[in-house]
Amino acid sequence: MERLVPLVSIEDLRVAFSFGNKEATVLRGMNLSVLKNEIHGLVGESGSGKTVTSTCIMRLLPIPPGKILSGHIYFDGKDLLSLTEEQMRTYRGRRIAMIFQEPAKYLNPAFKIGEQIIEMLMLHIKMNKQSACKRAIELLRLVGLDEKVIDKYPHELSGGMKQRAMIAMAISCDPDFLIADEPTTALDVTLQIQILALLKKLKDMKKLGVLFISHDLHLVSEIADRVSVIYAGRIVESAAKEDLFKNPLHPYTRLLMHSIPDAKKKGSKLATIPGQVPDAAEIGNGCAFANRCPIAKENCFTDIPGYVEYENAHTVACYYAGKIWEI
Amino acid sequence: MDLIRFITRRFLRLILTAFIIATIVFFVIRVIPGDPALIIAGIDANPADVQAIRVRLGTDRPLLVQYGDFLWHIARLDFGNSMISGEPVLKLILERFPLTLKLAIFGIAFSIVIAVPLGVLSAVKRWSAWDYFGLVLSQLGMAIPSFWFGIILLLIFAIKIPIFPLFGSETFAHYVLPIVSLGFGRAAIILRHTRASMVEELSKEYIITARAKGLTERMVKYKHALKNALLPIITVTSIELGYMLGGAIIIEQVFSMPGLGRLFLSGIYQRDFPIIQGGVVFVAILFSSINFIADILYSIANPKIRLS
Repeated sequence: MERLVPLVSIEDLRVAFSFGNKEATVLRGMNLSVLKNEIHGLVGESGSGKTVTSTCIMRLLPIPPGKILSGHIYFDGKDLLSLTEEQMRTYRGRRIAMIFQEPAKYLNPAFKIGEQIIEMLMLHIKMNKQSACKRAIELLRLVGLDEKVIDKYPHELSGGMKQRAMIAMAISCDPDFLIADEPTTALDVTLQIQILALLKKLKDMKKLGVLFISHDLHLVSEIADRVSVIYAGRIVESAAKEDLFKNPLHPYTRLLMHSIPDAKKKGSKLATIPGQVPDAAEIGNGCAFANRCPIAKENCFTDIPGYVEYENAHTVACYYAGKIWEI
Repeated sequence: MDLIRFITRRFLRLILTAFIIATIVFFVIRVIPGDPALIIAGIDANPADVQAIRVRLGTDRPLLVQYGDFLWHIARLDFGNSMISGEPVLKLILERFPLTLKLAIFGIAFSIVIAVPLGVLSAVKRWSAWDYFGLVLSQLGMAIPSFWFGIILLLIFAIKIPIFPLFGSETFAHYVLPIVSLGFGRAAIILRHTRASMVEELSKEYIITARAKGLTERMVKYKHALKNALLPIITVTSIELGYMLGGAIIIEQVFSMPGLGRLFLSGIYQRDFPIIQGGVVFVAILFSSINFIADILYSIANPKIRLS
C-alpha cells in the first residue's frame, strides 16, 4: 500500500530547557506523524514531553528557558520551525488549532464566548462582525450548545459547556489540524465520553487531523485511530490502535496496559511499574526505560535502541521488542 | 433586580458609615480641650457672658441632648450654622468644595495618565529601561511627601524659574503645580499595582489560548491581558482618589488655595463645632460614595461580581 503523505510530521525533534547553567533535554529525538482525517493518540506519563511537543508544533515554547536543539516539524510540506513569527501567526488558530485541559482557565474570563470566537473569525478570515456573529452561532450549535451562549461569560457555563465552547472556538476558522491536550482530564466521566464523541464527529465532518494527548491509555483507546507511546521525551512505540492493543511490543507499553483496570479480568492483580521516570538531566546514552524495565540487558543501558518497523507501520524502539514475560 | 438590591445594600452601608463617623467626631471634639464659647468671648470675658454665649450656641445643654439634636439635623442633611460667622455650614462647604474636588480629580487623572501606561509598559517589557525608570519613579513618589514636593516645585517653578504663579486659584496655571505634587505620590502606588496586576494576568493560561488563536502580540497583551488587569486598578484608583481628597486639603495650604482645607483648619482652631462635624461627615459621605461608584464600575468591568 502506498504511504500517505502525513499532514503533520515531527522529525527527530530535540528540545532542552536550561535553568542557570543546568540543561535538561526534554525531547530526545521525537518522531511523530499525523494523517489527515486521523486521530492520533499520544500517551505518556506526566513529564514525558507530551505538552512540550504540542507547544513546539504551535511554536509557543517559551524561549528561553526552552531551546530547540534540532529537528523539523513539517506541516503541509512546510517546516514550521523555519517560519518567521509573523508567518507562524497565520497558521495558529487558522490552520492549527488547540484545545486545553482546563477550559475554565484557558478561556478569558473578561470576554463573552461570542467575542472570543468572533475575534478569530474577523482576524483570520476577515469576516465582518455580522457574518462572524452568524458563524459563531452556527459553531455553537455544531458543538451542541445553545445559541444564547454567545452572550455568556465563561463563568456562567458548566465545565462541559466551557470545553464545548473552547472546541467551537478552535474549529471556528476550519483548521486542518487540531491539538487536544488532555481535553477531558478536568471533566467527569459522563462528560468525557460526550466530548470524545464530539471530537470524533468533528474529525469525520471536517476531515481533521487530531493529535489527542492524554496520560490515560484507556481513554485514548476509545478515540484514537493510531497511538504513540512516549517515554522520557521519545516515542517508544507507535501503531494502529488495534495492533497496539492486541500486540504491544515495547515492555513499557505492555506494562501500561496491565496497569489499567479491566472489568473482564475482575479479581486479577493490577501491574505497577516499579521506579520513576528518570530526571531529564540524568538520562544517559541508553534506553531511558532501562532502569525500570524487567527485561533490560546490559546493552539497554549503554546504547539507545533505534526504531524497528513491523507490519502495518508498527514501529518500536526496543532491542527485545515483543518479548513476553510473566507480569 | 440584582443591581437594585446591590445598590440598596451599598446605600444602607453608606448611611451606617456616615452615622458612625458623625458619632465619633461629635464626641471627640467635645472631649478635646477648648470651649468655643471661651474662644468667642475672649480671655477677658466674664463668666456670665461666656454662659450666655453657651446658651446661644446650645453647648450648655446635656451632651446627649446635643447629640440627639445633631443627629436629627444631620439626617436632614442640615449641618447647622457656623458658631463664628453664623453662616450655614453646608453653604460654606459647597462654596469651597469645587476647588478641592478639582484638585483631587485632576490629581488622580494626572496619576492615571502617568501610572497606567508606564505600569503596563513595565509589565510587558519587564527589566527593560522603561521598567527601571518606572521603578525609580515609583520609589521616589512613595518616599517624597506631597507637601514637601509642593514646596520644592514652588521654589523651582514659581520663584527660580517663574513659569507658574506662586499662589491663588484663578487660572488653570494655578492648578498645575498642586496637581503635580498631589498626583506624583498617588501615581507611584497606582504604577506598582498596575505592573503587578499586568504581570499576573500575562502569566495566566488564557494568554496561551490567545496566542494559540493566532492573535497578534498587541491583541494578546493590550486586549486580553489588559482588560483583566484593569479590575484591581479600578479598585486601587478609587481608594487613591479618597486619599487624594485628604491630600488636597494639605496641598491647599502649601499653595494658599481657598478650598476645604482652609475652612476645616480654621474650624478646628476656633473650635467651630458645626464646621468640624459637618466637614468630617461630608468627607466621609464623599469617600463612601467614591467607593460606591467604584464598585459599580467594577461590576461593569467584571461580569463575575454582578451575580454575587
